[in-house]
Amino acid sequence: MSEISERGKIGAPLLQVEDISLAFGGVVALQGVSFDVREHEVRAIIGPNGAGKSSMLNVINGVYHPQRGTVAFKGRRRRRVDPHEAARQGIARTFQNIALFRGMSVLDNLMTGRNLKMRCNVLQQALYLGPARREELEHREKVEAVIDFLEIQHIRKTPVGRLPYGLQKRVELGRALAAEPELLLLDEPMAGMNLEEKQDMSRFILDVNDQMGTTIVLIEHDMSVVMDLSDRVVVLDYGRKIADGTPDEVRGNKAVIDAYLGVAH
Amino acid sequence: MPQALQDTFPRLLLNQAKVRPDRPAIREKDLGIWQTWTWAQALEEVRSLACGLAAQGFKRGDRLAVVGDNRPRLYWAMMAAQSLGGVPVPLYQDAVAAEMAFVLQDADIGFAVAEDQEQVDKLLENLTQCPKLGRIYFDDPRGLRHYAQGELMSLDALQALGRDFAGRNPEFFAAEVEKGRAADVAVILYTSGTTGNPKGVAQTHAALIETARVLVAFDGFTEKDEVLCYLPMAWVGDFLYSYAQSLVAGFRLNCPESPETVMTDLREIGPTYYFGPPRVYENILTQVMIRIEDASWPKRWMFRYFMALAKRVGMSIMEGKPGVSLKDRLLYALGGLLVYGPLKNVLGLSRIRVAYTGGEAIGPDLFDFYRSIGVNLKQLYGMTETCVTVSMHASGEVKLETVGRPMPGVEVRIADSGEVLVRSPGVMREYHKRPDATREAIDAEGFFHTGDAGFFDAEGHLKIIDRAKDVGRLADGALFAPKYIENKLKFFPYIKEAVCFGDVRDKVCAFVNIDMAAVGNWAERRNIAYSGYADLASQPAVCDLIRECVEKVNRDLAAYSALGESQIRRFLILHKELDADDGELTRTRKVRRGHIADKYVVLVDALYSGKSSCFIETQMRFEDGRIGTVSADLPILEAQRYAAPEARKAA
Repeated sequence: MSEISERGKIGAPLLQVEDISLAFGGVVALQGVSFDVREHEVRAIIGPNGAGKSSMLNVINGVYHPQRGTVAFKGRRRRRVDPHEAARQGIARTFQNIALFRGMSVLDNLMTGRNLKMRCNVLQQALYLGPARREELEHREKVEAVIDFLEIQHIRKTPVGRLPYGLQKRVELGRALAAEPELLLLDEPMAGMNLEEKQDMSRFILDVNDQMGTTIVLIEHDMSVVMDLSDRVVVLDYGRKIADGTPDEVRGNKAVIDAYLGVAH
Repeated sequence: MPQALQDTFPRLLLNQAKVRPDRPAIREKDLGIWQTWTWAQALEEVRSLACGLAAQGFKRGDRLAVVGDNRPRLYWAMMAAQSLGGVPVPLYQDAVAAEMAFVLQDADIGFAVAEDQEQVDKLLENLTQCPKLGRIYFDDPRGLRHYAQGELMSLDALQALGRDFAGRNPEFFAAEVEKGRAADVAVILYTSGTTGNPKGVAQTHAALIETARVLVAFDGFTEKDEVLCYLPMAWVGDFLYSYAQSLVAGFRLNCPESPETVMTDLREIGPTYYFGPPRVYENILTQVMIRIEDASWPKRWMFRYFMALAKRVGMSIMEGKPGVSLKDRLLYALGGLLVYGPLKNVLGLSRIRVAYTGGEAIGPDLFDFYRSIGVNLKQLYGMTETCVTVSMHASGEVKLETVGRPMPGVEVRIADSGEVLVRSPGVMREYHKRPDATREAIDAEGFFHTGDAGFFDAEGHLKIIDRAKDVGRLADGALFAPKYIENKLKFFPYIKEAVCFGDVRDKVCAFVNIDMAAVGNWAERRNIAYSGYADLASQPAVCDLIRECVEKVNRDLAAYSALGESQIRRFLILHKELDADDGELTRTRKVRRGHIADKYVVLVDALYSGKSSCFIETQMRFEDGRIGTVSADLPILEAQRYAAPEARKAA
């Protein structure tokens, strides 16, 4: 039942990646990769180690600048974009290795996610003057909604460094959500988690997609998770796209099976 | 308003909304902020829920299941059902779907209010088995957007219906409340039931309100008091201590943000009145101890010094007893500034006036810890069938060993079998649909048979010793309560398990299991070498250590004339730990006395035959599943017997 309605609401392409090639010196990370991500969709990028998955995310949010090809987000085609510009346009991400401020509380970490939306200057904020106060309350309300959504009320004031790994991952997702992104890039959100934590995280990802309408691009190694969560899957191998389609189509694809099981090239 | 008119819960609510419309009635932390509803607002919420239910076809006598964590709207839903002459049936929120099925069928549930998706899922699972269940309302819509079942509706939508209905029938709500009678059933609470299916305890408005009034008067609660609702709504304690008492006294209820945040919420609210089973107090203490171990050494030193002082004089100071020197009083005041005050603040106990514990025995160390830092922790005794409230410690008359004197209006009688019988306004009307069980529990004179064995001490305090069915008699007819003696032994850190024998025998004898960690540590500090459990258990020094414990228990037992005869005469320390794998303990670590008596019949005979030692060979199952044997020549030890204190004084 839920599947039909979810498919029903998937809209026009939000992100179009065209003919991207990226190399570090002589090492070719990506070679002529093209795919698109549609509005409200959960799009997975999979592939063996070193296939270029994380590089692809880094290209999308502007950390790497590809030698060839373009990325179009919300119809705006661009060659070079810086990460903060990408963030301002509505792209948020989480990292494979957690990148939070370990000494700061969960609440403060989530507030940093609102950074780009803060309009007051340092002086106003330091003195907590009229507009700064109003703004702070507004941001706090948004952050509290994220805390409620991710069910982390009990650790609101806990320094992130004291939290177990699974919860840190959830906080990182929270920080990305606090930015109210249109496109959320998740780099192995479930790596290193136990089964229960994976189930929780899967539920949150689906809820984000469903209730907030956020489009999600996801890199994940756990195949059962990928097949359950995603609407469409891109498969990379040695920097090339070898398959693209629904989970069922990809599962049956000969090139994919070869890439995963290993066939002499 | 005259008292006579406040005889149902909806009338109490109308009264509170009239007397103190703008005082906060209930609060809940949501999005990080405590949201408040006044009594007048609470009444409006109840009215719209009640009218909504009525518009949906809820009629007098219908039953409304309520399932979820403590939330304002769930309390209001119960009130809404009562306003319409219906009966709320709160369910345990952690029950799985299959467990819910029985109650849903037994109580003929047609309408249900669920907190969230998790509870809705469980109710939906039961739809086919419970054809009567036609309407399910939910509080939190999260995750329920795609549910297409026709039975589902949000409480928001229900309240909108209700406001619409109330607009067309403005007199409806007041007229429905007017139809309510004090003798109507106000709630059906299901007892967990260790054997067989749970039983629904039907309590009337009269019984609950009468009991709540007694409780409010007993500890002098007013509208200024504050309670945190964190115990399951399906439990009589929450219904009585939160719902009923706040409606009588007009004090505030506070609902935690989530079950995980209870400790933080406790600190923010600082309740003045608190109830918890012993394990809650134990968890709090454990957290304190862990954090103290991590603290810097000056803090650790201060904590140890002042806790030792508090242990010595704290309770006397709180109870206003004489005999505390000025120096100690000053030091205790300093300790209040440096340790007890901050500690209570961290635990959220700064403003506590009265705290209660009950349900099971609380360890003396735990009890004394709270009392010595100035938390007025008291014990009470009761069960769902009697609206709890059989007996309670009065402030200033606290004795750890007892559960206090019977409450005003409560008659307690001890049957010849030792069973505690209770007659009070709070005794339930009946078990729902179980006239057989009701007849069994309430006798012709109206006394409820509690199933617990107990007696009154010299000061008239009730003392509960065991389940009545486990209590036996010695050959000369004296009372023998094995679990009571075993628990007393187990309160010593050196003793892990104990098994007492004595039913229809001439004296009480016991098996003891030492606690390997505690006794091992004790032995190491004394440079006593040992190779393993059996070796440690047979050390003469260890035998003496355990003998001291047994004799302390004997001295305690001698203080009560009813138990003086059941002092332990002879005992032995077992050569192996009792283990669930060998069938000696249940999986919840309760001793299987009968099985142990059969298995170690040689040892039991030796205890009663006067031998001074006994050889035993036992099979035991190792962790990897192999079976081996252990053998030992166990010494049989004699313990000193004490005379009752009065007798000693006379001699």
